[in-house]
Amino acid sequence: MAEMKTAAYICKGCELGVRLDAAALVKAATKDGKMNLVREHDFLCSADGVALINNDIANEGVTHVALCACSRRAKTEAFNFPTVAISRGNLREGVIWIRPDSDEARETTQEMAEDYVRMACAEVKAMKVPEGNPNTGTSKTLLVVGGGMSGMTAALEGAKTGYKVVLVEKTGALGGMAAKLWKRIPNREPFKAPMDNGVADLVAQIDADANIKVYLNAVVAKTAGAPGRFKVDIAVESGPTVTEDIGAIIQATGFTTYDMAKLPNLGAGQANVVDQLGLEALARAANGGPIKRADGKEVKSVVFVQCAGQRDATKTHLEYCSGHCCATSVKQAMYFKDANPDVDTVVLYTDLRMPGNNEDFYRAAQNKGVIFSKGAVANVSASGDGCTVKFKDLILNEETSADADLVVLATGMVPTTGPDLDQLNEANRAAEGGDAAAKEQVIQMMSKSVLNLDYRQGPDVPQFKHGFNDSHFICFPYETRRTAIYAAGPVRRPMDIAQAQEDATGAAMKAIQAMENAGLGRAAHPRSGDLSFPTARLEGCTQCKRCTVECPFGAIDEDEKRFPLFNESRCRRCGTCMGACPVRVISFENYSVNTVGAQIKAVDIPDEFSEKPRVLILACENDAYPALDMAGMNRNAYDPFVRVIPVRCLGSVNTIWITDALNSGYDGVMLMGCKHGEQYQCHFVKGSELGRYRMSKIYDTLKGMNLEEDRLMDLEVAITDIETLPKKINDYAARIVEMGPSPFKGL
Amino acid sequence: MSDMNQQMTARYKNNFLKEIEQQAEMGEWVKMCMQCGVCSGSCPTNFHPGWQHPPQEIFMLIRAGKRDEVLDSPSMWMCTSCYNCYVRCPRKLPITHIMHGIAEYAYRMGRAPKGQPTLHLSKTFWNNCTKTGRTNEVQLTQTLYFKDGIVSGIKKALAMQDVAIGLVKAGRLNIMEALGGGHKCKGAKGIHAMLAKARELENQRKGRAA
Ligand code: SF4
Ligand code: SF4
Ligand code: SF4
Ligand code: SF4
Repeated sequence: MAEMKTAAYICKGCELGVRLDAAALVKAATKDGKMNLVREHDFLCSADGVALINNDIANEGVTHVALCACSRRAKTEAFNFPTVAISRGNLREGVIWIRPDSDEARETTQEMAEDYVRMACAEVKAMKVPEGNPNTGTSKTLLVVGGGMSGMTAALEGAKTGYKVVLVEKTGALGGMAAKLWKRIPNREPFKAPMDNGVADLVAQIDADANIKVYLNAVVAKTAGAPGRFKVDIAVESGPTVTEDIGAIIQATGFTTYDMAKLPNLGAGQANVVDQLGLEALARAANGGPIKRADGKEVKSVVFVQCAGQRDATKTHLEYCSGHCCATSVKQAMYFKDANPDVDTVVLYTDLRMPGNNEDFYRAAQNKGVIFSKGAVANVSASGDGCTVKFKDLILNEETSADADLVVLATGMVPTTGPDLDQLNEANRAAEGGDAAAKEQVIQMMSKSVLNLDYRQGPDVPQFKHGFNDSHFICFPYETRRTAIYAAGPVRRPMDIAQAQEDATGAAMKAIQAMENAGLGRAAHPRSGDLSFPTARLEGCTQCKRCTVECPFGAIDEDEKRFPLFNESRCRRCGTCMGACPVRVISFENYSVNTVGAQIKAVDIPDEFSEKPRVLILACENDAYPALDMAGMNRNAYDPFVRVIPVRCLGSVNTIWITDALNSGYDGVMLMGCKHGEQYQCHFVKGSELGRYRMSKIYDTLKGMNLEEDRLMDLEVAITDIETLPKKINDYAARIVEMGPSPFKGL
Repeated sequence: MSDMNQQMTARYKNNFLKEIEQQAEMGEWVKMCMQCGVCSGSCPTNFHPGWQHPPQEIFMLIRAGKRDEVLDSPSMWMCTSCYNCYVRCPRKLPITHIMHGIAEYAYRMGRAPKGQPTLHLSKTFWNNCTKTGRTNEVQLTQTLYFKDGIVSGIKKALAMQDVAIGLVKAGRLNIMEALGGGHKCKGAKGIHAMLAKARELENQRKGRAA
């Protein structure tokens, strides 16, 4: 590569030139930033400004550019110079927009701007132009595991987009659970009657689609490789194992029903008590005529018991709501009413949950004469020729009962996921220790595996709550913690067919995007398109394995010499490995311990008599940094003594940055990251949690340095905290003033 | 009367919901209630001691087949026709009208509470205005004032006398009505015939004996 030539550009547009002393900024870039070339421009993002920069790159040999203008989140199309390293000094959203335009604010505002110029210069000098992951794979075939509604939809959507699809189904036919339904809950106007289950239509479309290859009676025996170059062994019953080249994977393995045998008090084992799936079988047998029980008697009265073994506060049964079963009972009550309006149909519920247009469906059932009673069912017993359901009427507040020929239990969904990785790891450890029972357990758990990944981190995608596959609920529903492997349908959360089909479509699109990115050596979301990837300076590595263990995406294996082996295309570029590494040998071309460390050092720290404290803010680029930018757009002012550095994730924060900052005279450090834990919002799932855990250890260091605990502050920030964030910053700044200057100043 | 009740339970095979749907005005709406409780929360008579069951509960009782409890209840008679529930019900049930429909049916079944003031007013008003086709205000107020006896009637009349004099002066009350004078419809006979026909049609529609 050519010799490094640096350039800084100071923009004077957007009032920057009016509010700030541009000449002083130029001086900061030249003198402190030591840039080879420094230019001012009245309107940097204009065609003329962009041409100026392009000209410098082409004719002056500029390789490193510090753009001191607006936020790195703004004008990304204009400031797109792929051949050079770029840093951004945020003078607009980060300085003039969050400071009042007043005489007394002028000095501190200018100081802030000069610091950001120095920081941008320092950062870019520590950067390299990312060259892209050389380890790419170019397979563009989508693997869909599971041939139910979700799987068939994902396969079709993928194929319609022009991609080859391999569809693997465990049983001998496509259709999954939906194929067992007599009819389905309506998904279109007027939402008044059950509809055809739609399976035959999808199967016909798949059969007719040359892009889709279907394996029936087949399972995934092994998944090796990485996004864009998976090698998947498909074991077909009574046939040879086939190996397919796969680019991305969708797990749509669906659910099984909760075992009703576990509900003896609700009549499990009684001849005239069935679960919803049992009723579907009766309805299919009736084929539109009057529904008959197993003993052949025509059903004249039926009671539906909602939430059977669900939403169980005692945690004996399922703790969650399966979401579809209220509407399913409505549908099934209609089976009876449509065949014979004189059948008594009673639905006993505690809350009837009818999301979306299901409300119309519910109303239609009421119109057809289905009775809905708010009641908590105590038990179901055999009586006479039928059953007696004892329940508490929750409106009339009394114990009562109802008799029926048939009782239907709305039991819930249990996801068909592989083994829980934590449990498996534990069993593995015990088995390695020689425990025979544990060995047996490992074999048993592995037999449940869906994907059989040969990843160091375990054979399947991690689970989150209640055995469902992890998925980012709020922002990226289908993402799992394994890059280019997506979960769709009831395997990631309970849902009905309509939702599952939507899910499958979304997952197919994400999977296609992931394959394409992998082929180009780029990151998948949320740093979609990022060409950088982590590398380790192995000479310094102590083989502590923290990176391997902490990587939320299972991207790091070990080579034969037990050094970390990065799988670039599985990596999401979160930097958690970099934050974790105690000897700091992991870095990205454009993001490293040095790029941030250099910025920290570039800030001018006034002495203890100046009454100008300095607070370092390390802000997550996914939520906190945009929130700060938006605070700027809304002109919500905050303290001029803070200096903000965006980080990829709290997980990427190396403790050295904090100790260095405090050692060099900063009065406080604020960390801003996404919520972690059960309701996590971290874009890298585990990053903020791991980062925070790491930071919690720093308090000992603070004590050792004789510093107050409050010198470090960890803040949970959501992207919506536009109003509250400035206030929290100001509160913290006030707390810092109260504590007085750091004793490390000027040392 | 109890005959009538027996006939009805037999006719509807103890299906009280169906009975209400066919016999009470607007009864067909009862099944559409989704038990949200907005009506009960909106009803101004909610905390009145006579208020046994708010509309939501009445509807639930009907679905639970509690015939006696509903027909004997004083609750629907407490409705002030404020229409709060009616405008607020998310399921758009004409609750006020249903309450009146059920009350009216209870009356027909001989189940209305004895001495119920709303019932007394309704009956008095009906008889008064169907007689001539126009209400006779003087006689109407008199009947109401003297409902609990002479002494209390005189007391009430005296208390209201200023209002009455004002109304007379403004030409809004005609003293001659006390003697059977005042405004009337021209064809009272026609009105009586109309009402008789309406009743006949209603009985036909509801399958009741004339
Ligand atoms: S959907 Fe209805 S029946 Fe099913 S668990 Fe939820 S509330 Fe209960
Ligand atoms: S921790 Fe993050 S950056 Fe490091 S290898 Fe894993 S995914 Fe990539
Ligand atoms: S407001 Fe309407 S739907 Fe709600 S309880 Fe009352 S009548 Fe029923
Ligand atoms: S109309 Fe009758 S029932 Fe409805 S809120 Fe008013 S008083 Fe209550």
